[in-house]
Amino acid sequence: MSRSNQTIDRFTSQEYKEGFVTQVAQEFVPKGLSEEIIRLISAKKDEPDWLLQFRLDAFRRWQKMTPPSWGHLHLPPIDFQDIIYYAAPKRPEDRPKEIDPALQETFDKLGIPIREREVLAGVRDKREVAVDAVFDSVSVATTFRKTLSEQGIIFCSFSEAVHEHPDLVRKYLASVVPVGDNFYAALNSDVFSDGSFCYVPKGVKCPMDLSSYFRINASGTGQFERTLIVADEGASLSYMEGCTAPMRDEHQLHAAVVEIVVEKDADVRYSTVQNWYPGDAEGRGGILNLVTKRGICRGSGSHLSWTQVETGSAVTWKYPSTILKGDFSSSEFYSVALTNNFQQADTGTKMIHLGRGTRSRIVSKGISAGRSENSYRGLVQMGPAADGARNYSQCDSLLIGSRCGAHTFPVIKGANPRATVEHEATTSKISEDQLFYLQSRGIAPEEAVALIVNGYAREVLQRLPMEFAVEAQKLLSVSLEGAVG
Amino acid sequence: MSEYLLEINDLHASVSGKEILKGVSLCIAPGEVHAVMGPNGAGKSTLSAVLAGRPDYEVTAGTVLFRGRDLLALSPEERSWAGLFLSFQYPVEIPGVSITNFMKAAVNARRKARGLPELSAAEFLKLMKEKMALVQMKGEFARRELNVGFSGGEKKRNEIFQMAMIDPLFSILDETDSGLDVDALRIVADGVNALRSPEKAAIVITHYKRLLDYIRPDVVHILKEGRIVRTGGPELVEQIEKEGYEGIGA
Repeated sequence: MSRSNQTIDRFTSQEYKEGFVTQVAQEFVPKGLSEEIIRLISAKKDEPDWLLQFRLDAFRRWQKMTPPSWGHLHLPPIDFQDIIYYAAPKRPEDRPKEIDPALQETFDKLGIPIREREVLAGVRDKREVAVDAVFDSVSVATTFRKTLSEQGIIFCSFSEAVHEHPDLVRKYLASVVPVGDNFYAALNSDVFSDGSFCYVPKGVKCPMDLSSYFRINASGTGQFERTLIVADEGASLSYMEGCTAPMRDEHQLHAAVVEIVVEKDADVRYSTVQNWYPGDAEGRGGILNLVTKRGICRGSGSHLSWTQVETGSAVTWKYPSTILKGDFSSSEFYSVALTNNFQQADTGTKMIHLGRGTRSRIVSKGISAGRSENSYRGLVQMGPAADGARNYSQCDSLLIGSRCGAHTFPVIKGANPRATVEHEATTSKISEDQLFYLQSRGIAPEEAVALIVNGYAREVLQRLPMEFAVEAQKLLSVSLEGAVG
Repeated sequence: MSEYLLEINDLHASVSGKEILKGVSLCIAPGEVHAVMGPNGAGKSTLSAVLAGRPDYEVTAGTVLFRGRDLLALSPEERSWAGLFLSFQYPVEIPGVSITNFMKAAVNARRKARGLPELSAAEFLKLMKEKMALVQMKGEFARRELNVGFSGGEKKRNEIFQMAMIDPLFSILDETDSGLDVDALRIVADGVNALRSPEKAAIVITHYKRLLDYIRPDVVHILKEGRIVRTGGPELVEQIEKEGYEGIGA
C-alpha cells in the first residue's frame, strides 16, 4: 500500500465542538409511550381537544405499523418504551417570560442569535435572520415575530400556532405528510413537540430569512419536532434549519416531520445544515435521524427548492420530497451527504410529477470516508397527466479511502410517454495524483482533501444562503477530520 | 552551510520494484539553471518525482540535501514550505476548485508554515493580477476550475503562474515544453526567465533543445538509463541536436 493510502486510511477521533451538555433544570414526562403519556404531553401544552384526538388517532395507527426495513442501513434496535418523549427546561415561576441564562449561553456558544439586536436609528442589518430556537421539546425563543407580523407573516413555535392560529394549523397539519405515511411520521404525530410554524400571506415576500435551530440536550430523550411552512399565493420565503446535540455513548432518536405547502406562484427555498452528533470514531453513540420532509407545490407556477448539507447523525434516513401538483410548478433537490467513521446515510428525494409541464432537478453529491455507508435513494414519478414534465437527476459519489461504501438506488416510474426523465451518475475517488499535486503546493493532506471535497460539493454549496454556505464549508472540513491524518 | 542549494548524491530510486535511477549525483548552486536532458525512459521524470516526494517512488540509496537539510525525510508539503517547486508534466484536474481558492490555500498554507499571517483579500488579489499578467492569463482565468478543460498550453502556463505566485527558491520544470506551440513556449519561457535571480536555482527537464533556446542553462546533464553520463556547458545541447543521444555516454 502506498504512503498516501495509509494516510487516507488512518483514523483519529473526530472533533465535534457542539458536543457539550447544558446544565439546566428540566422537567420530563415518564419514560415510554402510551395513551397516558400522550394525554400528559397534550395537557402540558394545554392543547385543544382536536389536537389530542389527532395524536391519539395517530398513536392507534402507529401501534399497528412496523419500522421500514428497506433502507441500506444497519439500524440499531430502538426500544420505544425506553425513550423520554418530552423534556423541557423549567421556567422560573416568578419570571416565566425570561430566558434562562444557561440557555442564552448555550445558543450564544452555538452562534445562534436568540435576541434581536437593538436597532440603531432605524437601520436594520440586511443579513438579519429570524430564529426559532428549540431546546429539547420546546421553543425557548422566536425572534422578529413582531417585525414580521407587520407584513402579516406568522413565524412562531408550533405550540403557539396551535393556540393563536388554530384554523391554519388544522387546515394544513398532516395535509402533506398523512399520519399513516410511514412508521416514524406516525410516531411523530403521536408525540410531536415544538418545531416552527411559518405562514407568509398572499403576495408577500418575506423580508428576512427564517430559521429554526434544534438542540437536543437531555439524555434518554428523543426529539420529535414538527414544522409547518405555508407560502400563500405569490408569496416567497427562504427558510434554514440547523441542529446539534451533545456527545453521548447512547443513541438518541430524532424523528421530525416537516410539511411545506406552496400555493400558486409562491416560492419556498428550504435549506438544511444537519450537524447532529455523528457518534465517535468507533461508531458509539450518535443521533438516529429518521425524518420525513415533504412539500407540495399545490398551485400552478409554484416552486420549492430543497438544499441540504448532511454531515451529522449516526444514521440518516431522510428524503425531502416534492409533490408537483400545480401545472408548471418546479422543484429542486440539491444535496451533499458526507459520512465518516461508522456513519450511515440513506438519503435522497422523491419528485412526484402530477401537473402538466412540471420540472424537477436532482443533484446529489455523496461523500463517504472511513467505514461509512452512504446511499442515494430517489424516486422520480411521472403521472398520467404530467404531459411535458421533465426531470434531470445527477447522482455523484466520492469515496475517500477503501473501506467505505457508496450506493445509488434511483427509481424512475414513468406513466406518461410525453414526459422526459434524465439520469446521470458518477463514482470517483480522490486520487493520489490530486493529493500529491496539492501537497506539492504546500497544502497539507487534510486540507487538500477538504479543498477537493468542497470543490466537489460546490454546485450544492452555492445554493445555500451566504452565511450558511460558509458554515457548511467549514463543517465539511471538520467532519472529514480523521479521514486523513 | 554548503555552497549548493541542492546536492544529490548517488541517488537510487525504484518504482514497483524496478530500479529507474541508478546512482544520480549532481549539485546546483544558487543562481544556476541546470538542464537535464535524455531519451525517453532515461529516468528524467522519476528524478523530478523523487525530488518532489511523490508516493510510490522508493528511494533505495543515496542522499538529497536541500539547503543543507535532508530533503528525503520531508513530506511533499514540507518540501514546498522549504522552497521546492515542481512544475508538473501532467497537471491534475481538480473539479469545482477555482484557481483563486486553490492559490489562496497554497499561498496561505506556505505563509502559515513560515509563521506569517494570511494575506489580506486585497493583497492576495493584487498578487494574483500581477502574476496572471506574467503568463498572459485573463481575468476569468482566476474563476476557472483548476486545470479542468484547460488546453495543454493553458495547463503549462498555469504551472508557471503557480510558480510565480509561490515564488520558490528551487524549481523543477518537468517537460514544461511538451505539447506547447511556439507562442505558448515563449510565454512560458519568459515567465520562467522573469523569475530567475541570484538566490534561486532551477532544473529544466526536457527532451528537446527547443525550450533551452529560450531558457539558457548554465550546466547541461545528459541522463541515460538512470545515470548522468555527461555533464557540460550549453554547447552540449548543440551536440545532442546534431548527433542525438546515441553517441553520448560511457
